[in-house]
Amino acid sequence: MIAFLINRLFQAAIVMFVISLLSFSIQDNLGDPLRELVGQSVSEADRMELREELGLNDSFLTQYFRFAGKAIQGDLGTSYFFKEPALEVILKKLPATLELVFGATVLIIVISIPVGVYSAINPSSLFSKIAMGISIIGISVPVFLTAIIFIYIFSVELGWLPSFGRGVTEHVFGTWETGFFNLDGLLHLLLPCISLASIMLPLFIRLIRAEMMEVLQSEYIKFAWAKGLSPRRIWFMHALKNTMLPVITVGGVQIGTMVAYTILTETVFQWPGMGFLFLEAVNRVDTPLIVAYLIVVGAIFVITNTIVDLIYGLVNPTVKLVGEK
Amino acid sequence: MRDDIITTTKIPSLWRRFKDSYLWHSLKKDKVAFASFSVFILFVSVAILAPVLAPFDPYDPSSIDIMDSELPPVWQEDSEAKFLLGTDAQGRDLLSTILYGMRTSLLIGICAVLLQCFLGVVVGLSAGYFGGRIDSFLMRIADIQLSFSTLMVAIVVLAVFQASFGAELYSKLALFMLILVIGFAEWPQYARTVRASVLAEKHKEYVDAARIMGFNNSRIMLGHILPNTLSPLLVISTVQIANAIISEASLSFLGLGMPVSQPSLGSLISSGFEYIFSGSWWITAIPGLVLVVLVMVMNLLGDWLRDVLNPKLYKD
Repeated sequence: MIAFLINRLFQAAIVMFVISLLSFSIQDNLGDPLRELVGQSVSEADRMELREELGLNDSFLTQYFRFAGKAIQGDLGTSYFFKEPALEVILKKLPATLELVFGATVLIIVISIPVGVYSAINPSSLFSKIAMGISIIGISVPVFLTAIIFIYIFSVELGWLPSFGRGVTEHVFGTWETGFFNLDGLLHLLLPCISLASIMLPLFIRLIRAEMMEVLQSEYIKFAWAKGLSPRRIWFMHALKNTMLPVITVGGVQIGTMVAYTILTETVFQWPGMGFLFLEAVNRVDTPLIVAYLIVVGAIFVITNTIVDLIYGLVNPTVKLVGEK
Repeated sequence: MRDDIITTTKIPSLWRRFKDSYLWHSLKKDKVAFASFSVFILFVSVAILAPVLAPFDPYDPSSIDIMDSELPPVWQEDSEAKFLLGTDAQGRDLLSTILYGMRTSLLIGICAVLLQCFLGVVVGLSAGYFGGRIDSFLMRIADIQLSFSTLMVAIVVLAVFQASFGAELYSKLALFMLILVIGFAEWPQYARTVRASVLAEKHKEYVDAARIMGFNNSRIMLGHILPNTLSPLLVISTVQIANAIISEASLSFLGLGMPVSQPSLGSLISSGFEYIFSGSWWITAIPGLVLVVLVMVMNLLGDWLRDVLNPKLYKD
């Protein structure tokens, strides 16, 4: 177990190293920090002097190690636009994005497990057929289009739900702003969360259904039937446990994917989160902010994947814990 | 490549073989699959013939009149008969832009998947055939790349390129950039599938026979093993094209894909989005519907192929 843990942490560290190297080479090649600092009106000689002073003439590796050293201490540079530390700007927007992902995840878990399990147990029932039909449509509608359709129906035509922003938010735990504790915030969360969930939901329903059907065919389930256990016990105690194993792996990867899809939902709903901020930063060529976003999102991916790997290693007894698959 | 096959009877023509095949037979029997196939063929031919079929040329600025902007489709009031599906905010005929847009979307989707397939087959074949260190190294890279979402990678790469090239130069290169980025981002899917099939095939007797006959590795890999991995490849390809088209649309929607002057379905939806608040729903809805139908028939075809060919797809 320890070897497995160390192997995975080592791999995570390598991936983070590659991400930071890529981020740095982006910073190195994108935009001119000097122009952002002093504008156009400084003479060429002064520029050269400043470049030397800031260490911009040093070799790539020297500059990278300086960047990495600061990055480890949480200093990713100052945003050109906000004139604040880039990491702070990003982290201020993190709660909005995480709440979106959290809301969508809750929706996915609450809907996909019952629907998937039901349609695996009764594959030929009308409900299962409708669920499968809707899920193939759901897979085929891009998330931004779902969001647009929702806005058109519920905001433009019916006028029931707000179409942009987070609404009223409250402070909890110091700096964390949340929309979960008041009606207005929840109403603002509703459409973005459903849109975000809509892309993953069909995938999970189909996955849970397929896995569950496979498990229900296996020997140990037949044995459980022969033993005369109650159907509920077989379905929910014996079958569901083994169904969820592959779902955990896919789920972990999909949480990362959902961060990517937040860029789309945040753009449609003008949700003040990290993804929206990132696109603004790209349009303003705000390099430190772009780099900070890459590192934060890269870290989210690496952390979720490592945790999922570890959980999977713990839950699944057949995984060889030495680290080689 | 196939001269080693000794034939006593004459091989029937490709078309004849296709018509007698199990695949075609089951396609005719399955109504949903047949309908999806027909729609797909229709869409592809309409996209190829877009310059002939489209009543207007949306790339030609002189044919556009801003006074015609935001006209609704013909079945609505205040419409004009010459614009069958209405016009967009710039006064372009929506039907023509959709035809050209579908052409662009399909072109990007298919080319990107060809690139994915090429990279994935090369990596998957060598990983599965040579095994050992090469295999674990290549598959570890594939694992890591798969753990990052394709869309995320594509957004970041395109955003950085757009910021460094500037919007004007970027819009000229957008088509190639989209194909390259979507192509590179999804190769592990193919690599894993091919590797799994190669592992299943490489210990079979015909491979041993080929080796004893003294064929070199590349001939055995390409001429003997590869043809036996084609059916899983076909199954994932339909779904991959559907996904590539969705990715392209999403990227164009974010303004990182095709420019408005050379629209794909995604950038059409994107340019119509701000007008739904003023009630001009058709600029978004009609290209959106076309996109959804296109992607859905590909997904349905993929499901059907999976059932018919029933390959052992790679599963974690």
